[in-house]
Amino acid sequence: MMQLILNLLSLFATFFKIGLFTFGGGYAMLPLMQEEVLGHGWATEEEIINFIAVSESTPGPFAINMATYIGAETIGNEFGVWGNVLGSFFATLGVVLPSFIIILIVARFYERFKNSKTVQGAMSGLKPAVIGLIAAAVLSVGQTVFFPQGVGLNVFSTLSFYISAALCLIMAVLAFKKVHPIIIICSSAAAGIALGYGLNLPV
Amino acid sequence: MEEKNSRLKRILTLFITFFKIGAFTFGGGYAMIPLIQREVVENKKWITDDDILEVIAIAESTPGPIAINSATFIGYKVAGFWGSFFATLGVVLPSFVIILAISFVLREFQHLKAVKYAFFGIRAGVLALLLKSVWTMYKKCPKKVFAYALLGLAFVSVAVLDLPVLLVIICCAVAGLINSIIVRRRAK
Repeated sequence: MMQLILNLLSLFATFFKIGLFTFGGGYAMLPLMQEEVLGHGWATEEEIINFIAVSESTPGPFAINMATYIGAETIGNEFGVWGNVLGSFFATLGVVLPSFIIILIVARFYERFKNSKTVQGAMSGLKPAVIGLIAAAVLSVGQTVFFPQGVGLNVFSTLSFYISAALCLIMAVLAFKKVHPIIIICSSAAAGIALGYGLNLPV
Repeated sequence: MEEKNSRLKRILTLFITFFKIGAFTFGGGYAMIPLIQREVVENKKWITDDDILEVIAIAESTPGPIAINSATFIGYKVAGFWGSFFATLGVVLPSFVIILAISFVLREFQHLKAVKYAFFGIRAGVLALLLKSVWTMYKKCPKKVFAYALLGLAFVSVAVLDLPVLLVIICCAVAGLINSIIVRRRAK
């Protein structure tokens, strides 16, 4: 019982921190979330990438989807069905609360906030930094996709490596042609299943 | 009494409207803006197009997901604190319920070979989506030496030097602040 409460508190505090320090939409939350979730051992990098796909193919904001899922997984693995519910509740509450409180304050002092040179100055540094941080997060995703057993030369002798590379290249071309993410995810899944069984790839 | 009823009704409508927005937008964030615009500006006429621009500007310069920021802000404008509470609850609830359900399903099936193969393919697809997203963001980066320098520094700090993300975020905000003060001083 005590353990459950401690785990929920740690989940809440971590996602509160993630919510408080992420600026911008979409994947802006990925770098900090990746670092925290891997640091706590709540999920593996592979599970995070799998879940980015699930998050992209279900409605709702990326940040909320990720928080709900990570919360459900971490507590649920130890405490069963109600662990799923409690874990996802506290993680989601944590990630939502900072925005909620800050916007309530900003809404009252909007004019002052809008013209604040301090806010504008800080944002001029944050915006490019977030791009660099996401690029670093994507690099680490790439490592996991291409070198699932850790970076090494032996990977070049595996069939999986070349299939991943080819799939990624094709999907990147489709993505730049503005094909919808859900179509990209579904066709990657279909290709994975077909090639996996067809070539009897190791899993 | 009359006024209290109409406020309750507004709060309920806010909840339903944002529930719909949460249930029907994929990818969240900016994908939500057109839907918010149609529901809240054109159908309900609660706020104007100018307000929407205001919402985007605020959502961009405050922490947290854009969807939450805009739901809270619009809810507050329309019906005060409880308006923002129920708008936010509405936008979060669909994701929450769907993902919770998926978490059970995934746990049951993730050990199947077919599911593992599917995710093997999916991971390559996700990497492609992420690469495209980084490229799009990179093209929106302000074309200034200062911005490019911070972008590169942030990347190297985390990817090569393994520094904590939070530290990099705070340092870059401070750097932006100092830079803006220097630029203003020079202008004077």
